[in-house]
Formats: sequence, structure tokens, C-alpha cells
Amino acid sequence: MNKHLKDSTPTDSEVILGILNNSESALKRLYTAYFPMVLQLIINNNGNEDDAKDIYQEAIIVLYNKVKAGDFELSSKLKTYLYSICRRLWLKRLTQINRYGGDIRDFQEFLPIEEEDVDQHSDRDIQFNKMESALRLLGEPCKTIMEDFYIHNRSMQDICERFGYTNADNAKTQKYKCLQRLKKLFFQQK
Amino acid sequence: MSDNQLLEVIERYLNGEMKADERKKFEVLRKENAEVDGKVVEHKLFTNLLKQYGERVELETRLNAIHDEIDVHTLKENLMVHPVWIVQLWRNHHSKISVAASVAIFGVLVSLWSTGKLNTGDNTNIVELKNKVDRLDKSNTNLSRSINAIKSEKGKSTVVDKYSATATGFAITADGLIATNYHVVDGANAVSVQNADGESYKAEVLYTEPQHDIAILKIIDKSFTGLKTVPYTFKRAESNIAEQISTYGYPDGFPAYSPGSLSSLVGQNGDSVHYKVTIPINPGNSGGPLWDSKGNVIGITDAKQSQIEGEHFAIKIRYLLNAIKNIPADSLDNKVLLNKKNTLAGLSEAQKTEKTKNFVFMVKVYN
Repeated sequence: MNKHLKDSTPTDSEVILGILNNSESALKRLYTAYFPMVLQLIINNNGNEDDAKDIYQEAIIVLYNKVKAGDFELSSKLKTYLYSICRRLWLKRLTQINRYGGDIRDFQEFLPIEEEDVDQHSDRDIQFNKMESALRLLGEPCKTIMEDFYIHNRSMQDICERFGYTNADNAKTQKYKCLQRLKKLFFQQK
Repeated sequence: MSDNQLLEVIERYLNGEMKADERKKFEVLRKENAEVDGKVVEHKLFTNLLKQYGERVELETRLNAIHDEIDVHTLKENLMVHPVWIVQLWRNHHSKISVAASVAIFGVLVSLWSTGKLNTGDNTNIVELKNKVDRLDKSNTNLSRSINAIKSEKGKSTVVDKYSATATGFAITADGLIATNYHVVDGANAVSVQNADGESYKAEVLYTEPQHDIAILKIIDKSFTGLKTVPYTFKRAESNIAEQISTYGYPDGFPAYSPGSLSSLVGQNGDSVHYKVTIPINPGNSGGPLWDSKGNVIGITDAKQSQIEGEHFAIKIRYLLNAIKNIPADSLDNKVLLNKKNTLAGLSEAQKTEKTKNFVFMVKVYN
């Protein structure tokens, strides 16, 4: 399996272009290429495979967002960059759960990662968590209406048919009410 | 306009669904009405967040799907760094090991205590030390007793025995210059020399070269009338190894002849000032002449440095000759004239000794 993974390691520019083009296969090759490296880092530094998954996906998302936002400059190898992000995230996590002994066992070279990158990411994570629980509290059918309209860009016409509203005005009123409640639920949270 | 309708307008505005003139009108309203403007901004931020949230959820779903295809368990087995067995043993059992070690140490202490080893060890040492101190004390008393004895003896025999050390010296010239070792006369208050007939003459230390352990004495006694012509010569050139040699001196206050051989042209650790000689001599021989078989003086016997039995050193005569040249002119009455004619060649050892014995002196040192 290892060999297979190595053979399919994508070049760094393939990954960047793939993300920009929403290529599923590029994402998959990126993910499978470097996961073992991160797994090795985490499980040999007081973590388990679930921690590795969390940290690695977080790092992939940081990379993904940076590429999508157009402010990603590849100043080192992508591999080194991902390892450094994961290392930084894992150190932070270890400190939070008081499992950091002041010493980390490294397997790759790494770069100093700017706090900004990781902190910005966690700020957004907090917002997303709030949104998630607000949506959960909102309940059906509001949740689906919100998701369909604002996330999946479905038209009001579609939504009418799906939920069996007799006319578009009713649907609009319903959507408006749902949105007001969602905002309230979102901003109520601390 | 109800809130519901306003929201619809805002959404159309944000989605770019308005016609140009309607858009202008709405933008004027936004400028004039801060409340409307605030709602536009808030709605934009919130829906963007909702949108991004949706994208994040979708991305996570994709990543999870990819992740599920990976055989994490096998990877983990391969990538885990397994510590060496002793570290593993320690990690898994360190509490038990610690307890076992504590019990063991405690047990040892208890058994030591119960057998009395802990207490008696010190006592025997103290007893031994005390014995040692007692012994030292005793020997000290003995010493002071013998010192007292010596003192009282000295008090009795002031006339007979006043000098504190004896050694040997030999004539350089007929007018009373005598060569000996520096260490013989070092620190002496007075010096005298005594010939084979037992006649003593007062002497003074004329010149010394401590670095070569050489001292030159001069007989200053009024009763001294000079010697006969010195029968031997001084051989400046280096002698040959394995040459038969001899010395004559006063090893224990009485004259003695000792034959031997020249075992090395260098002294200790390659020192070129000395010859190494194999000859049976004692400290009293210090300062005596070292003759080769032809009767040339080739060195000054220096018994001081002997460490191996029968092995001694002699200062090469070259250094004595240099020392003689170095004597300050104003401390000499006459120029030093060394004998150039050897009258000993061809004689037997006994004959040679007979002819030279009056030129070898016992040096007596008074402190």
C-alpha cells in the first residue's frame, strides 16, 4: 500500500491546480499521499489515529482555504508545509489537554508557522460550530429550507415544490421566519 | 415596507437581480437610511457565513470519504516507533520495579542494622586508628629519648667528634686546591680536610657550581706547606664505555679502594653531565676522584643519586676543568696550573693507589 501511495504522490502544482478546479481526484491523491506522515507524527507523540485524522483534515482545510482565497504562496515543499501545520496544530492541542511534555519527536523537517494562519482558522471554526448548533436547534423544515436556499443555491420554485407550498409567497414568508430564527439562535450563543 | 419585503429587496440587491434604475434608488435609500444599510451588511455577512459553513461541511464529507478508504490500522502498525524492550519494560512496569527496588533497599538496610554491621564498622576503624596513634606516640617517645641520648653523648665528647658529615675530595694542584661535590659542603659553617696520615687542615670553600654539583676548596691552614707534585692528569676528552675505572675515598671515615666499570656515557634520563658507573660506593665516597685504568681522572664520584644498588653517577671531569677556569681571578693567589704529566701509567692498581692516596682527602664538614 505504501508503495502504491508513493507512486501516486501528486506534484505540488498538481495539487494547487486541482484544488482551484475542485478536482476530486487531486484532493484524494493529496490526502492519501501525506496522511501516513502525519499519522506517524501524532501516534508517536501521545496521540491516536483519530487525533491524526482531526489534525490532518484541519491542515488540509487550512491549505484548501488558502489556495481558494488565492493567497497561498508555495515557498517550500507542500509536504513540509503540511507537516509544519500539523505539528503546530498538534502542539497547540497537546498544550490544551496538558499532555505536552515539552518535547516532540519529529520525523520531517519543518518550517516555523505563523500564528496567524492557525488562529484565523480556529476563529472561523468557532463561527462554524455556532452555525452548526444554530441549524440543529432550528429544526425541520427550516433547516432544510435554509440549507437549500443559502447553501445549495436552490430557487424558491424548487423549494415550493419540495415542501408542497401552494404559492411562492407562503414559501417566502416561511423562509423569512426561518432566517430570523436562525439569526436569533446564532447570535444568542456565546 | 415590511421586514419581510425589505429582506426580499435586499436579497435581490445582493444577488444583482435589480435593474439599473431600481438599484440606484436602493443605493440612495441605503445612504439615507442607516438602518437599511446595517441590515444589508448584516445579511451579507450572515449569508456568506452560512454559505461557507455549507462548503466546509461538504469538504469535510469529502475528506471523510477519502479517509475511510485508507487502511489506518495497518499504517499505524508500520509507523509506530517501537522503543527498545528495556524502555518498554520500564514504561509498562515502572511502578512495580520501583516498589521492588524500595523493598530490596529496605531489606538490605534492615538486615545490616539487625546484624549490627551498621554500627560496628565505624568502631573497628576507630580502634585501629587509636592503635596507630598509640604506636606513633610510642615511637615519638623513643625518638625523643634517643635524641636526648645523642645530645648527652655530644656534650661528653666535644673534643673528639665535632664534624657532622664526611666525604671525599682530591687535590687539583699542589698548592692546596681540592675538588669535591657541592652537596657535601652545602650549608657548612666550616670545612677541613684530612690526609691519609690523619693530618687535618682547615679549608675554605673557594668556588662552587651548584648546577654541576661541584665545589672547589682551598686549604688555608698555616701548618699546610704544600703537596708534592700531583701524579695524575685530568682527561678532558670523553672516556670509553666499558672502561675499567676505580675510585679511592673515605666511604665511612676510613680509606677504601673500589674498582668498577664505566657503564654509560650518559646519566639519568640521558643527562650528559654524568657518567653512569657500576661501582660499589657509599655516600662518603662523594667528591672522590674517578680514575680510568691509566690513572687519568675522568670524573668526580657522586654517590648521592644512587637508586639501584651498585649503580652510581660521576660528574664528567670536563665540568670540573670548566669550573676551575670560572674561578674569579681575585680569589686566587696564583694562576691554577694543572699537572700535565701523568706518572701513573703502567703501574698496577696497588702501586697507583699507594702513589695517589696522599692526594685524596677526607672532607670534614661542620654545621
